[in-house]
Amino acid sequence: MNTASAARVPFEPWNDPKAKPYIRIVNVTKTFGDFVAVDNMNLDIYQREFFSLLGPSGCGKTTLLRMLAGFERPTSGRIELDGVDMSTVPPYERPVNMMFQSYALFPHMTVEENIAFGLRQDGVPKEERNRRVEEMLTLVQLTKFGKRKPHQLSGGQRQRVALARSLVKKPKMLLLDEPLGALDKKLREQTQFELMNIQEQVGITFVIVTHDQEEAMTVSSRIAVMNHGRIAQVATPTEIYEYPNSRYVAEFIGDVNVFEGRLSDVAPDHVVITSAEAGTQVYVDRGTSAALGATVWVAVRPEKLDVSLTAPEQPDFNCVKGTVWDIGYLGNLTIYHVRLADGKKVTAAVANRTRLRDRPITWNDEVYLSWAADSAVVLVS
Amino acid sequence: MSMDRDAADRPTAALITHEDGSFLEKLEMRLRRGRFAFLAPAIVGTLSLFTGRGAVIALPYGFLLAFFLIPFLIVLKISFSETALSIPPYTELIEVVDDGFEYFVNIKLNLSNYWTILSEDTYVRAYLNSAKIAAISTALCLLIGFPMAYAMARADETIRPTLLMLVILPFWTSFLIRVYAWIVILKTEGGLLNTFLISIGVISADDPLRILNTEWAMYIGIVYSYLPFMVLPLYANLERMDMTLLEAAADLGCRPIKAFWVVTVPLAIPGIIAGCFLVFIPAVGEYVIPELMSGDNVRVIGRKLFTDFASERNWPLAAAVSVVLLMILVIPIMLFQRQQARLQEAGR
Repeated sequence: MNTASAARVPFEPWNDPKAKPYIRIVNVTKTFGDFVAVDNMNLDIYQREFFSLLGPSGCGKTTLLRMLAGFERPTSGRIELDGVDMSTVPPYERPVNMMFQSYALFPHMTVEENIAFGLRQDGVPKEERNRRVEEMLTLVQLTKFGKRKPHQLSGGQRQRVALARSLVKKPKMLLLDEPLGALDKKLREQTQFELMNIQEQVGITFVIVTHDQEEAMTVSSRIAVMNHGRIAQVATPTEIYEYPNSRYVAEFIGDVNVFEGRLSDVAPDHVVITSAEAGTQVYVDRGTSAALGATVWVAVRPEKLDVSLTAPEQPDFNCVKGTVWDIGYLGNLTIYHVRLADGKKVTAAVANRTRLRDRPITWNDEVYLSWAADSAVVLVS
Repeated sequence: MSMDRDAADRPTAALITHEDGSFLEKLEMRLRRGRFAFLAPAIVGTLSLFTGRGAVIALPYGFLLAFFLIPFLIVLKISFSETALSIPPYTELIEVVDDGFEYFVNIKLNLSNYWTILSEDTYVRAYLNSAKIAAISTALCLLIGFPMAYAMARADETIRPTLLMLVILPFWTSFLIRVYAWIVILKTEGGLLNTFLISIGVISADDPLRILNTEWAMYIGIVYSYLPFMVLPLYANLERMDMTLLEAAADLGCRPIKAFWVVTVPLAIPGIIAGCFLVFIPAVGEYVIPELMSGDNVRVIGRKLFTDFASERNWPLAAAVSVVLLMILVIPIMLFQRQQARLQEAGR
């Protein structure tokens, strides 16, 4: 387990102009017949990163991972690892290991034999092999299960054997294909944190493919959101969530309310959008690249909306009025679906910090939804 | 990670069988663990005939009883009798004697047929020779069948049914006709093979290949006839194999050829075993192919049996020969059964 370090140095090599990318994906395209799975992709990943490729199925994330592993060759472009071009190196000669979605444990071998398999291929002497297998079993807390066969293990245990097997060779990069996909929700959440701890302990660069945005948010140093073989945005989880660069990213990660509008005032430190859809003016305290009069979209996350029965102090800006259409009580949150005058539905999520009787809003109430100037994001695409 | 969690997400089907199973299921569990595990299905099967759902499986058991067990008992009975000039040509085991005062029931068990088989060199050699021929044929079938099954299993999914059909297709013709077809192909004088080789000038017309009526012809016949029994179980096994295992092996630094030996072959062992038994067991008792293709000097137990039965009209001896053959084959059959049961328990 990691101890809380007193002074945490932020890990942000991507902001350091002197840092050298560890993995470089340069103009990589992969086509299967007419289908373009990966479309002229450029991506730099730094050493010790926990990098997520996130996207819906068919977005090319798995193809990219398989190219990193060597199971597929790029149609064009190149992949460099630690300064070496990997494009034509077969999988069995790459200093890269992969944890498969199905785990792909050898059913005829014991847990120990599965973990030792990679070391055996490299001709690691027996004593060292045994020592390293033992180390791995300790790391994944399976020391008692070394002699078992995979079919005698639970799903969670198998997942950890697969992890141990892919880590034991100390690869330069570990690829994880939906590593937690087969686990149930509780176990998945717990394992996410284990995975992060293990990554910190071994110091190996992790590249993970997932379609689960919560998982990507939890574990990653950075996330690449992919769409149709292209990268929509690469950023830290916070940036992706708070400052998505497009409606696609904003809508893929979490819930969001989007209002269409026109830029009616542009200044370096703020912009004003007039939105007919929302029926209000939106003041955002960040500049934008779009020009005055351009059509833009304003994205506001449901939890950033304030729901109130009385009008706020400044009802002309960042405030819409509507009727409570539906209420979803989730325990920790209450979700209000509010219908605006023109029929648009807006979602607001309010943390239930007080007991039920103190929350008077109910169905068909007229409510005001308002938000702060730093809560909304202006999207130009 | 807590142990409770691990227990919780493990499948619980096995536990349910133990705790909530019916009497018969518990009995079967116990029998399977004991020394006579191979009898468990038979015992439980018989008992289950008297329970409600047992009636459903009564039909196959009834079939086996009528067409396998009873005929076998008749053969067994004949094997303990003596030859006689009568119809049928053997003596009765049980004789009821009525001397006017009392009834006697004489039971005569004649063991001399078995003694003949065990003591006479020709029988022992015929058994051994049959086993040798079956073993060589099995090995040849495996050698040819494995690459075939492998290629089929790795072929494009759209053409797999066609390939499978091609393997099964010969069964549409009678076995005997296929053997005769081979005779036509292999004949020394005017055989298709020789005619072809002579016409393209590989061999001269004065010195044709003499294959028919040799052991070679017999092996060709047996391997050809039994190859599908090797290919089909192997194909079923290889086709089911998870291909990501080979990717995992490659990912861990294993070259494709080595991955074949350390991953594909070990995982194919159930298929290899099934295929070998399916070829070996019938090949040991093979009569038609040696008779028609191998010439007179190849002595196999099937031919010996036929001579005793048809030419010599020594039914008791022939019956004893087949009982001994069955006993010899029961051993590999039992091994096969145990293997299958083990695989089922392993849940693969």
